[in-house]
Amino acid sequence: MARHSLQRLLGLIPTLLMLITVAFLLMRVAPGGPFDSDKLLPPDIEANLNAKYHLDESLPQQYFRYLGQVAVLDFGPSIQYKDWTVRELIAQGIPVSSTIGLAAMLLAFVLGTTLGITAALKQNTRADYLLMGVGMLGISIPNFVIAPILILLLAVYAGWLPAGGWDWGIASMVLPVVTLSLPVTAYIARLTRASMIEVMHSNFIRSARAKGLPESLIIRRHALRPALLPVISFLGPATAAMISGSVVIERIFSIPGLGSYFVQGALNRDYTLVMGVVIFYGVAIIVLNFLVDLVYAWLNPRVRYDQNR
Amino acid sequence: MDAPAPLLEVKDLDVGFDTPEGEVHAVNRLNFSIKPGETLALVGESGSGKTQTAMAILGLLAENGHMRGQALFKGQDLLKMTTPELNRYRGSEIAMIFQDPMTSLNPYLRIGKQMVEVVMHHQGRAKADARTRAVEMLRAVRIPDPERCFRQYPHEFSGGMRQRVMVAMGLLCAPDLLIADEPTAALDVTVQVQITHLMSELRKRSNTAIILITHDLGVVAGLCDRVMVMYAGEAVECGSVEQVYYDPKHPYTQGLLDSVPRLDRPEDTDLVAIAGNPPNLLALPEGCKFRDRCPRAFEACREKPPMQLTEDRHAYRCFLGDPK
Repeated sequence: MARHSLQRLLGLIPTLLMLITVAFLLMRVAPGGPFDSDKLLPPDIEANLNAKYHLDESLPQQYFRYLGQVAVLDFGPSIQYKDWTVRELIAQGIPVSSTIGLAAMLLAFVLGTTLGITAALKQNTRADYLLMGVGMLGISIPNFVIAPILILLLAVYAGWLPAGGWDWGIASMVLPVVTLSLPVTAYIARLTRASMIEVMHSNFIRSARAKGLPESLIIRRHALRPALLPVISFLGPATAAMISGSVVIERIFSIPGLGSYFVQGALNRDYTLVMGVVIFYGVAIIVLNFLVDLVYAWLNPRVRYDQNR
Repeated sequence: MDAPAPLLEVKDLDVGFDTPEGEVHAVNRLNFSIKPGETLALVGESGSGKTQTAMAILGLLAENGHMRGQALFKGQDLLKMTTPELNRYRGSEIAMIFQDPMTSLNPYLRIGKQMVEVVMHHQGRAKADARTRAVEMLRAVRIPDPERCFRQYPHEFSGGMRQRVMVAMGLLCAPDLLIADEPTAALDVTVQVQITHLMSELRKRSNTAIILITHDLGVVAGLCDRVMVMYAGEAVECGSVEQVYYDPKHPYTQGLLDSVPRLDRPEDTDLVAIAGNPPNLLALPEGCKFRDRCPRAFEACREKPPMQLTEDRHAYRCFLGDPK
């Protein structure tokens, strides 16, 4: 197991290298540069600025300089946010974005699996149709539509919750977390329902019934684990997407997370900031997938790697 | 002396399935009984209703299935019971071994856990006690190193070994009745023989009655006391192994026996297949259901033949051999 984990972590390096290369090239291919604005800068000032950020060097030179910096975890200064390094900016955004992302994921997992299992056990009844109908809505309505509706109802009319802002209080987290988790909850519910139905019709559940075990025990001990496996493998990419995909939510609820830096950085051609955020997301996705694989192996004896071979 | 009371008595069992095309009549007016310690074979081709008969007895029919009739186990009608009531019998007094050992064990749980739970649930024994019992049964089905097997997962075993585990699991609570649904169908021939021997040996030791569902007439001869031949959801012939094998009364039974290769026939004898296909279970014909495939059918077969009984309790459903 340890050996396998080490191999997986080493595999992270080439993936990241590829990610950095592609992102680096794409940023430079995009028209415009960090110092373009409505007001033209005097040519010698622009030349000075370019020299400061090494933008006057050839592309390969810049590329290898950047790689060298990343290797020692130095992501350079932000071009747009003067006096801030990229590392400082990201370090500021991470706690907020990951709190929202992880809280939303937890909510989606607990709620989604519960609803999915309930629907599966009441398959083809009204409760099932109702749950799955609502689930379909949850998947198909984009969150930039849901968010204003929730704000209108719960913040503006009812006045129970703040309409936006972030003060690390529970009240300010509720709306963004709920909005972010809704589509994922619905997706997990559908995924769980489908796999639970399949498992309940499998031969080993029939065997368990023939053994005279009560239905509740059969569900808990025999059906739950295989039914949740597809959900577990979905969790890795989904969590990463939630931490990074909260861009829209952070915008709507004016939350100082990573998302705003990503968008602002891309619009302003803040090369270093965008590269920093991209690398963070890349690492997050790879690490989360790795963690999910570990959990998966722990749940499914057939893919454990420590068998003496 | 009176014959001992039957352990299980099935009366007028009907099993049907609702499908979009209509109702499938899987089992029709089936009657049979089995005595304590006896071994009864249900023989017939695919779709003859053998498996669904067993599923109905244990209340394991698919959701679109329904049943009528009675299945009296020690006088109690299993078909009328709710699932919690049935659960007192399932696994403890009536155990079932399924056809496919590769998928019938839970791949996510250790074999030991899957065995121990039966004993703990039905006999309320402590875990350590249940473990002892499980290892003892694994040893009885001759699994090498049962202690180790107890801690292993199903995927670490071959099909034959898994079926041994299933047999051990079925016999954990020393059931009075074991229903084995084609226990050897998915296995290699040599392994089939081993499992058959194993079941025959365990039966002698524990006096468990067995209903063996199979289409393998060789397995039947080695293991069973009585045979019931089924066709299109009906019993067409029922008798002792000797009666059915050496003096088959029903043309379908004769056809089945002729289609099996045998060493005691001349080398150049061709195997005979029964012409045609079993009837459509959605729309069963009137009269004898084997009529369209029967080489000896005649006018009277348009009426449904009654079950005839010879003096030595050999039953068959055919007008041929009718004394009249």
